[in-house]
Amino acid sequence: MTTTEERPVGFGRMPRKEDARFVRGHGTYVDDVRLPGMLHGAILRSPLAHARIVSIDTSAAEAHPKVRAVITGETLAGLGLAWMPTISYDTQAVLATDKVRFQGQEVAFVVAEDHYAARDALELIDVEYEPLPPVVDARRALDPDAPVIRDDKEGQTDNHVFDWSAGDKERTDEVFAAADVVVEQDMLYPRVHPAPLETCGTVADMDAITGKLTVWSTTQAPHAHRTLYAMVAGIPEHKIRIISPDIGGGFGNKVGIYPGYVCAVVGSIVTGKPVKWVEDRSENLMSTSFARDYHMHGEIAATKDGKIQGLRVHVIADHGAFNATAQPTQFPAGFFSVFTGSYDLAAAHCTVTGVYTDKAPGGVAYACSFRVTEAVYLVERMVDVLADKLGTDPAELRMRNLLRPGQFPYRTQTGWEYDSGDYPRALRLAMDIAHYDDLRREQAGKRERGELMGIGVSFFTEAVGAGPRKHMDILGLGMADGAELRVHPTGKAVLRISVQTQGQGHETTFAQIVAEELGIPPEDVEVVHGDTDQTPFGLGTYGSRSTPVSGAAAAMVARKVRERAKIVASAMLEVSPDDLEWEKGRWYVTGDPDQGRTMAEIALAAHSNLELPEGVEGQLDATCVYNPPNLTFPFGAYICVADVDADTGQVKIRRFVAVDDCGNRINPMIVEGQVHGGLADGLGMALMQVIAFDEDGNCLGGSFMDYLLPTSVECPSWELGETVTPSPHHPIGAKGVGESATVGSPAAVVNAVVDALKPLGVRHVDMPLTPAAVWRAAQGRPLRTDLAIT
Amino acid sequence: MQVPAAFQYERATSLDQAIELLTRYGPEARVVAGGHSLLPMMKLRLAQPEALIDINGLGELALIRVDGHDLAVGAMVRHAELLASPVVGEHFPILRDAERVIADPLVRNRGTVGGSLCQADPSEDLSAAFSALRATLVAQGPGGRRTIGIREFFLGPYETALNEAELLVEIRVPIRSHASAYRKVERRVGDWAVVAAGAVLEISAGVITEAGIGLTAVGAPRFVAEQAEDFLRGGRPDDEGFAEAGRIAAQECRPTADQRGPVDFKRHLAGELTTRALRAAAARAQGQEA
Repeated sequence: MTTTEERPVGFGRMPRKEDARFVRGHGTYVDDVRLPGMLHGAILRSPLAHARIVSIDTSAAEAHPKVRAVITGETLAGLGLAWMPTISYDTQAVLATDKVRFQGQEVAFVVAEDHYAARDALELIDVEYEPLPPVVDARRALDPDAPVIRDDKEGQTDNHVFDWSAGDKERTDEVFAAADVVVEQDMLYPRVHPAPLETCGTVADMDAITGKLTVWSTTQAPHAHRTLYAMVAGIPEHKIRIISPDIGGGFGNKVGIYPGYVCAVVGSIVTGKPVKWVEDRSENLMSTSFARDYHMHGEIAATKDGKIQGLRVHVIADHGAFNATAQPTQFPAGFFSVFTGSYDLAAAHCTVTGVYTDKAPGGVAYACSFRVTEAVYLVERMVDVLADKLGTDPAELRMRNLLRPGQFPYRTQTGWEYDSGDYPRALRLAMDIAHYDDLRREQAGKRERGELMGIGVSFFTEAVGAGPRKHMDILGLGMADGAELRVHPTGKAVLRISVQTQGQGHETTFAQIVAEELGIPPEDVEVVHGDTDQTPFGLGTYGSRSTPVSGAAAAMVARKVRERAKIVASAMLEVSPDDLEWEKGRWYVTGDPDQGRTMAEIALAAHSNLELPEGVEGQLDATCVYNPPNLTFPFGAYICVADVDADTGQVKIRRFVAVDDCGNRINPMIVEGQVHGGLADGLGMALMQVIAFDEDGNCLGGSFMDYLLPTSVECPSWELGETVTPSPHHPIGAKGVGESATVGSPAAVVNAVVDALKPLGVRHVDMPLTPAAVWRAAQGRPLRTDLAIT
Repeated sequence: MQVPAAFQYERATSLDQAIELLTRYGPEARVVAGGHSLLPMMKLRLAQPEALIDINGLGELALIRVDGHDLAVGAMVRHAELLASPVVGEHFPILRDAERVIADPLVRNRGTVGGSLCQADPSEDLSAAFSALRATLVAQGPGGRRTIGIREFFLGPYETALNEAELLVEIRVPIRSHASAYRKVERRVGDWAVVAAGAVLEISAGVITEAGIGLTAVGAPRFVAEQAEDFLRGGRPDDEGFAEAGRIAAQECRPTADQRGPVDFKRHLAGELTTRALRAAAARAQGQEA
């Protein structure tokens, strides 16, 4: 295939540089790493959700001819590694010593000569369990008679993790007391799983002679992992190298450190050989970080003519057996306090109570920027519930209450400062693309014929790019990111960044950022990432933070290089730097544009015998650390059209319009790809994804036969639109987009289906909207989608 | 990567050799055709056969033929081949309907008709479709060939009337004047049915002379709704009768709750889809596409 398209020197559409190797099967993932003498690990997992471990007999497994080591919690306890800290200041068992606390929990680790033998040997380990009653229903986790899951924690006498609140309670209560209209609604954002195509895994190689530990690992945050390994295992940080090679999707699933990683490291130390551990699909779904699991009660207050005044929310947050939520440390409920959404409110207040249950730990930002998805879902469902109560069109009600462009920067009732936006413009554009009024007319006609058609609107404000290091850190590590740029003598460049792509296209986007600043083609910029020995420190890729934080670092470091180039050019041209002007790719003499030097000429001169001014070193490179002054706040307006068959409960998503404003777009093609993916993801959550548990605590979503991901058949042809409101505080006016579509779309889908069911008296249906859930809601007997269906 | 336990692998080059291998390895051997049910079960170690007898080399079982007045479908015919077959599409729209909603194109390219029936999964689509059609199955074992009516073939979940060392070789359905349709509700393309229903109607002079109703995923004995069939036989093909047949089918099946739905919903769907399949079949009998 040939293309006549011109490639941009800087921002613009261009195919991703990395795709050539991916589409030809030449990527290198952790499971592709093969080292001489490498052994293979496998994990024995608990079949029970809650049980005391009476005994573990590993003798038969150890006798297997191909087994080199069997590691249990007892082995690890001897090394002080049976428990590890989570990124939420809790502890998590690496291998269970006292009890198992969820089905699929890690109990023993076998190291063998091949993967088959390791797996076979698991069946030779004899564990005697004494079953305990499990805590499954998060809403009953704090009942006085609930079994205590975390009796390992001193002073823990119940399943309470934390209470957290935001906003002004008194003022909110006053607003509610005086309001004309108050509506309330219970809703569940069910437990879902990021389910990346590549599962999690590690190859650990401890060199006994040099004392250096090299870990190839599926991690979105290699530098943070290195520091944590150093802190927890006591291995000096300079003797640890984390390599995150090609990563097959992360979505938050690859932020934390899993017991399997630690076991592989210990396995390598014990055997003196490299050890590979790669989990299988069921292990990934059953034991690694889930997302959401928020049981929410919302109340919304308004005047009778539809001016929204206040929001009041209480959440029970199911954190599983160990609190391993990934978010900035000071935010135990992530950024849930952005639940005031895109509206100008007089008051708002929320409380979140975290509870332990006998389920897998986690609570990650599954393409959701730290609980913004839950927050947006809550407020956008509440606005629809209010519209229903008032008999107002939901788009009209939103238009009436959206923040106005003149109100930015806008400080919300829960303390966020939204940097910029033109919300009504985005909603109007979405309505224009959808032909909203025509859709409503079509719906009215269908309703007369008894056909169910729904139109769902959602408007979201994202909060991404964590974040200012003064306010945001993870285990004390400030959320700033570094960048290093070197221009080689021939004018080609290498950019080293701290964040790690899992499919977002960093090798292209970041090259384009440098290209834009230096005026050289993106093809001439190599992007190095994912190796702690080769890149500057930073906190990694999640929460849509790469472009807002690291992208800013890339732009800033390129500007530093450009300034150095100016001095070199001034020496070459024998003029003062003050007499030089920049045009893309070239410094030239003011008033004499023919007198100039390109970046390539300057680069060669910077490495040559050219005499430079006093105090100016040769070569052409720079480093920088970017500490964001604020988050960025992308936003968007989504409209979904759904047809529902009331007699079968089937939902067909006919159309989906997505207008996104993520500020300046570096590579619109990549942005659109991310929006497409996020929309599919959000539609999947709305319609089919859930990890439910039965009364014994058995995981009911442990395979892709049970945990459904959407396919192209379920997805409509996405209709995209864009507005551009550059971030005023970001060096290139970008805002981040990776998670916008996932954040905004579930509410639009649910709003559409509920709108379709309105003639049947339905006001709410909990996700996922499976045929059974829709039919039962239409019958007035809704299902609990987080529990086993009985 | 999920890995199975160790097993012996044998590739059969003829039907006789396959039967000989099955005889030699005994009950712990399993036949592998498309492998789309067996291999996942082996990887999850829900199945741990000692030996796999691969019959993918048996080209004589991979034919779709018209043999006299019968459609004869070889056990190794792939789903995609059944779906693409013009003769199947012309005479048995129920099979085309079903194949369009079985799994996805990747699975249909590999999975086989015979494998689907022999797996006897209680949520399998072709079991219901061929039961509605009252197909005849041809089996071959060490003692030679025999035929089994499909309504005697399914003994229970994952259990069939095949004897040890016996192979299903062919499925036969008489080509006669009838109309048929299949309707399925699934949570997502590629998922097993929440519920599905197939209907076959023979209509003569405005009267239903024979009816077949196949149901899957609702615990219907032998995948059929016999009482609903009895009700229809001799009646008129009208909406009222189809609605009543749906009600009867819903009552006689025995669904159990799982994450695809509660019992009341599945029962309701069994009735709704039976009625819809009957209406679609009747419309086809009138020459209308449904």
